[in-house]
Amino acid sequence: MTRYQSMALTAVATLALAAMATFSLSALAQDAAKPARATKSASAATTAKVTDADVRQMIESSFTSKGPATVEGVINQDGAQKACSQYPDRTRVPATIAKKVEAAELKQVKYPADSNWIGDWKEGEKIAQNGRGMQFTDPVGGVNGGNCYACHQMTKAEISFGNIGPSLYQYGKLRGNSPEVVKYTWGKIWDSNAYSACSNMPRFGHKGILTEQQIRDVMALLLDPASPVNQ
Amino acid sequence: MRNTRRRLRGTVALAAMATAAASLAGLAQLAQAQGSTAEEIAKYRQMLAEGNPAELWEAAGEELWKKPAGPKNASLEQCDLGKGPGVTKGAYAELPRYFKDANKVMDLEQRLAWCRVTLQGLTQEEATKQPFSASGKSSDIERLASYLTGESRGVKMNVQLTHPEEKRVYALGQKMFFYRGGAYDFACATCHAVDGQRIRLQDLPNLLESKGAQAAYTTWPAYRVSQGEVRTMQHRIYDCLRQQRFPEPAYGSDVITALSMFLAKNANGGTYDGPNMKR
Repeated sequence: MTRYQSMALTAVATLALAAMATFSLSALAQDAAKPARATKSASAATTAKVTDADVRQMIESSFTSKGPATVEGVINQDGAQKACSQYPDRTRVPATIAKKVEAAELKQVKYPADSNWIGDWKEGEKIAQNGRGMQFTDPVGGVNGGNCYACHQMTKAEISFGNIGPSLYQYGKLRGNSPEVVKYTWGKIWDSNAYSACSNMPRFGHKGILTEQQIRDVMALLLDPASPVNQ
Repeated sequence: MRNTRRRLRGTVALAAMATAAASLAGLAQLAQAQGSTAEEIAKYRQMLAEGNPAELWEAAGEELWKKPAGPKNASLEQCDLGKGPGVTKGAYAELPRYFKDANKVMDLEQRLAWCRVTLQGLTQEEATKQPFSASGKSSDIERLASYLTGESRGVKMNVQLTHPEEKRVYALGQKMFFYRGGAYDFACATCHAVDGQRIRLQDLPNLLESKGAQAAYTTWPAYRVSQGEVRTMQHRIYDCLRQQRFPEPAYGSDVITALSMFLAKNANGGTYDGPNMKR
């Protein structure tokens, strides 16, 4: 490739990128998608038996701890991670196992000692937008985001949202803010598996992803009548 | 002759991209009325179909493949990618596979490193240096992988689980796909086991179904418009694991080969169409 071609390529790629950025901002109308349930499990035409020890050995020999992402954090699965690796489709977890996971996880929820549940929805919105944190390229002890929009619709204004989780638009408006709703919402953010075994949602409080104050702010985004979620 | 043709096509590619980028700005305004982002990006890709900058990587990779190099001053032309020494056509569509000489299931990039060591006399470290380009540092590996994958364009994916090691590596990849761990409890399956899912506006393929696995697997490596580089399957899986909040996987490590084996086998029957182009 000549120097000229290389320069031209860079310029064009930059232009294309800028155009695409504009593009995704103005793209509209994401339907509140209803993802089809996985219908088939892996088409496993395999007879080989591999054990948990084989997988552990592969992980140990392939990965290196870096930043906040450690090999121990992957190898030392807790009860929920271990159970849910066996039942990847959470709609098919046997009821007895689901109940066991949920009961154990509910015990782990730490509620705010000062009964101060609701923070500032403006801060909550920033947390919902922020997807940074806990990757091997991130610093240890940095401030993490909640990245709610990656999987949930939240406000009318933000049209770039995912659909792995349900829409949370008008969350508080539809449910009110009774003590039960407030407590449930805190518990769900703290440890999603407490109410739905093998949920796809990270356990934000239990795993130390968000601080107690950040959870208060996300609570406000969901429950404060003034929050754009509830307009 | 072949290179001249490629260069010409490369220049055409640049012109096509410029036109497409300009049109895209216009398209952005229309997008609101015209359906999903994915459809619009598909149109963008269509406009560029005849001019993928990855062709420049393919041409450079072909030169690297044929040029004598290393302590043994040998080219890579006698490398056995599974269909016999020197056979590049269709080889990628059957990888990963078991190699008797190495007594190991290898993906394309592990095999490439093997050949650079055995044929050219490089050390393993030299053979796997700079697997992904970074600013100011281009990657020979990305170029060689572009050439070798391009040699399977139009060929149907046909990965076999014949040797017991191939079965074992597939089973490891399958188990890994569902393995939940780390700070966010994510598995590959968290995002890639259901149809129709998105993160933000990014569509996620269901890699358990042949349709989704084919769409994904047959289009890597790809020229990433956002990065101005061709990225390989090794890089794609490395970057997935980063976003999964798993620790850093070593280049050419067994976990990446196992996941590649699982995906490639699930993609069987799909027509290979790389190096492709993505956002």
